[in-house]
Amino acid sequence: MKSLKFLSTTIIAAVFLFACGGNEQSNNKAEADKQTTEKQEDKMPESIKMGKGVGEFTEVEVSDPLNKEWVERGQAIYDMKCSACHKLTDQRVVGPGFQGVTNRRKPEWIMNMITNVDVMLAEDPTAQKLLEECMTRMPNQNIKPDDARKILEFFRNNDVEKAGKKDEAINS
Amino acid sequence: MKTHYLNYVAGLSLIFLMASCGNQGSETSQVLGGSAAEQAYVAPGEYDEFYAFMSGGYSGQITAYGLPSGRLLKEIPVFSKYPENGYGYSEETKAMFNTSYGEVPWDDSHHIELSQKDGEFDGRWLFVNGNNTPRIARVDLKTFETVEILEIPDVAGLHCAPFITENSEYLVSGTRFSVPIPQKDVPIDTYKKNFKGLINYVSVDPEHGHMELAFQIEMPGFNYDLARNGKGKSHGWSFLTTYNSEQEHSLLEVNASQKDKDLMAVINWKKAEQYMKEGKFTERQTSYFHNLMNEETSIVESEEKTLTKILDPKNCPDMVYFIPVPKSPHGCDVDPTGEYIVGNGKLSADMSVYSFDKIMKAIEEKNFDGNFDGIPIINYEAALDGIVKKPGLGPLHTEFDGRGNAYTTFFISSEVVKWDVESKEILDRQPTFYSPGHLVIPGGETKKPDGKYLVAMNKITKDRYLPTGPELAHSAQLFDISGDKMKLILDFPTKGEPHYAQAISADKIQPNSVKFYDIEQNKHPHATLGESKTRVERDGDEVHVYMTAIRSHLAPDNIEGFKVGDKVYFHLTNLEQDWDVPHGFAIQGATNAELLVMPGQTRTLLWEPKKPGVFAFYCTDFCSALHQEMSGYARVSPKGSDVPIKWGLNEKLRENEQAAHDFYEKAKQNANIGK
Ligand SMILES: [Cu+2]
Repeated sequence: MKSLKFLSTTIIAAVFLFACGGNEQSNNKAEADKQTTEKQEDKMPESIKMGKGVGEFTEVEVSDPLNKEWVERGQAIYDMKCSACHKLTDQRVVGPGFQGVTNRRKPEWIMNMITNVDVMLAEDPTAQKLLEECMTRMPNQNIKPDDARKILEFFRNNDVEKAGKKDEAINS
Repeated sequence: MKTHYLNYVAGLSLIFLMASCGNQGSETSQVLGGSAAEQAYVAPGEYDEFYAFMSGGYSGQITAYGLPSGRLLKEIPVFSKYPENGYGYSEETKAMFNTSYGEVPWDDSHHIELSQKDGEFDGRWLFVNGNNTPRIARVDLKTFETVEILEIPDVAGLHCAPFITENSEYLVSGTRFSVPIPQKDVPIDTYKKNFKGLINYVSVDPEHGHMELAFQIEMPGFNYDLARNGKGKSHGWSFLTTYNSEQEHSLLEVNASQKDKDLMAVINWKKAEQYMKEGKFTERQTSYFHNLMNEETSIVESEEKTLTKILDPKNCPDMVYFIPVPKSPHGCDVDPTGEYIVGNGKLSADMSVYSFDKIMKAIEEKNFDGNFDGIPIINYEAALDGIVKKPGLGPLHTEFDGRGNAYTTFFISSEVVKWDVESKEILDRQPTFYSPGHLVIPGGETKKPDGKYLVAMNKITKDRYLPTGPELAHSAQLFDISGDKMKLILDFPTKGEPHYAQAISADKIQPNSVKFYDIEQNKHPHATLGESKTRVERDGDEVHVYMTAIRSHLAPDNIEGFKVGDKVYFHLTNLEQDWDVPHGFAIQGATNAELLVMPGQTRTLLWEPKKPGVFAFYCTDFCSALHQEMSGYARVSPKGSDVPIKWGLNEKLRENEQAAHDFYEKAKQNANIGK
C-alpha cells in the first residue's frame, strides 16, 4: 500500500498534466489553462464552489457561547496530532498557522479538511493551493467526526484569543 | 528434515535415475500450457484468495504469502532478531528472547498452527515452535506481530509442536530428543536408564490467547516427531508419532531403525485434565521463561517460572496408549471427519490408516499386545482400518481436501500422491522438484478444508531457478487440486527452510487487520503524545530523549549535551495516524539496529556514544517528498565536560516571526517557479 501515498500524488500530477496537455490545438497555454479551469469548474461539486470543500460535512452549526469542554478536547487532540506541523499563531511551519482560520474558511471546509484530507487534496482547489505552498501532504490523522467538531471549537476559541474575532468566513 | 538427508542418498540417486528415464516431458508441457499460468495469476491491484503462513526453519521466522499468486506479503520475525524493524534490538522487544539460558537470539521454527474454533480456523492467532531452545510463539493476526513466547522446560528439540486442539484448548508438543530429567551430568550411554521424554500441554486463554504450561506427561525416552489432535468424534485425543523405540543413542540411522515398526502415542487429554483436577500430578522445580507483550504499552514483559506439573502414566490409567506404526514415522494426520488417522513411515513402503472407532473398541476390549514401561500397546491389526499399498517412497505428511481424498508427500520418490481415504485406492500422482517435506491445503488439517490448492514445500531446488551459488532459495510448488488430477500451476521461492505451512481464507484475516495504533491508547511510559512534549532529560549517565516523528521532521532535530560514556535512550513516538506510514530512526555508530516505529507506537533505541563529535540521525523509511530532510544531529562532548543539555527544532524560526515569514514567502516563490 506504499503506493497509496504516491497514488494521490499521481492523481494530482494527472490533474496538472491534463491542465497542460489536454488541449493540444491551442498554442496559448494561458488560454488552455483557462478553458480547462472552466471545464473543471463545471464539474466541480456545489459544496466546493460554496467554499465548504468535499466530505461528510455539508452543514455545520456554530453557536455561542463556546462549549468549554469541546475547546479542551479540541486542544488535547491538537497537542497530540496537529501541533507538530501547525502553530496557533499566524506563523506557517510545515503547515499554515491556525490563527484566523475560522475567518478564512467555513466550518464545513475545516472539518472536511481534517477528516477527508486525501479527497480534499485531490479535488478541492483551495486545499491544492495549500499543498503547492507547503509541499507536504497533510497526513490523514484519523480524527473522528465528533472530534473534528471539537477541534473546530478550539479554533474558534483560538481566533477569539489571537485574532479578536471568529467565524468571519461563514457569511462570505 | 535435513538431518535425515543421509538416509536418502541412496533413494535420491534412484530418483535421478528415474527422472532421467522418464516423465519430465509431460511436466514441461503442463507448465507451458497457458491456462496454468492464468490460474495462478492475480492481476495487479487485485488480492489473493488465501494467506499462506510458512515457517522459516533455520531463519527462525514466518513468512506470509498470498495464494495463488505466490506473492511474498510479509516476513514476520519470531525467534530471530530482525534488524529490518529493530525486533529484538529495541528496548521494548529485547525481552522476547529471554530464556532459562539467557538471551537466545535465534531459533529454528518448524510448524505453523492457526487458532481454531469448532475445528475451523478462526483467524485470530498463529503459533509456531522454536525447535532448538524449546519455545512456542504466538503471533497476533490483527497486527502480524509476535506478541508472546513461552519456553517449554526439560525437553530438547521441540520438533513435535505446537499442534492445536479443535477449540484451541491446548497446544500439544513432544520432545524430539529425550534428555535426563531433571538435567544432570550423566554418561550418554546411560540413555535407557536416565533419559525421558515429555509431552507438553500448553493451554490457550480463549479471550486473549495467552499461553500457559498446563501439564507435562512423562513418557519413555523415545524421539517424538509429529502430532495431531482428534476432531469431531476423536476430539479429546492426541496422536503423536515416535521413533527410536529402540532407545539407542548413536548412529541412529542404523540403530534406531532395527524394528519393523515404531510406536505411535495415543493420549486421552480429557482424561489427563481430569487427573489434573484430582491432583494426581507431581510438582517439580525447574526454570522456564514466559515473555508477553503488554497490549497497552507494547512492551514485552518477561517472567521466569519455576514450577511445572507432571503426570506419570503409571499413576494415571487409561490416559496413554501406544500403537505400532510403520518404521520411522513422520506425519500423523487426522482426516476432516476425525475417524481416520494416517501413520506415515518414512522407511516403510506402506502407509497405515487407523480407525478411531476401532482404536476405541480395542481399548475397551483391552485388545493389547503387551506394554512398554506399563503403557499398553494396542493390537495393530485390531485398530487398523487399512493399508495404502506401495504409494511411493518415504511418505511424510498427509492433508485432506474435504472431498474424501488425501494427499501425501513422498520425500524419497519426490512426488505428491492423491488417494481415497475410504478405499485406499491411489488416484493420481504428480512429481515435485525435489524432495518435498510437508504440504498444505488451505484448511487441510481442519474439519472444513478448502480443497482448491495444494502447496508442496520442497527441500532441494536445483534446476528450477537461475543459480545463486551453492545455495538456492527453497521452492514451493502450487497445484490446482480442484479437478480429478492435480495440476502444477506455479513455482515460487521461499525464505529459510519452510517445514510446514497453513493457509486460511483471506476474509478471515483481512477485515480485522489493524491499520495503525490509536495514539490515544498508547500507554507506553516513555510515549511523547504531541510535539510540545518533546524533551531531553539527563539522569546521571542516562539520557532520555523524548522524540516524535511525523512527515517530515523529527522533534527535536538537534540535541547537544551528550557525553562519551552516556547511555542515551531515544524514545521515538510516531505521531502519524495513517495506514502504512512507519517512520524509522537510525543514528550513526549505534551498535544495534534501527527502529521502525508504527503509526501511534513508541519504540526505544539505546545508543552509547563512543567518541566526541557531531553525529547524524535520520528517518530510514521513505515517508514523503521531504523524507530526506527528516534528520538531525546529536552533539557528543568528551566525558566530564560541562556542555549543557540543549535541544531544539527550528529555533531560529520559532523565535523570530519575521524570519519565519520571510522563509515561507521565499519557499512559496520557489514553489511557484516551476509552474
Ligand atoms: Cu519518515
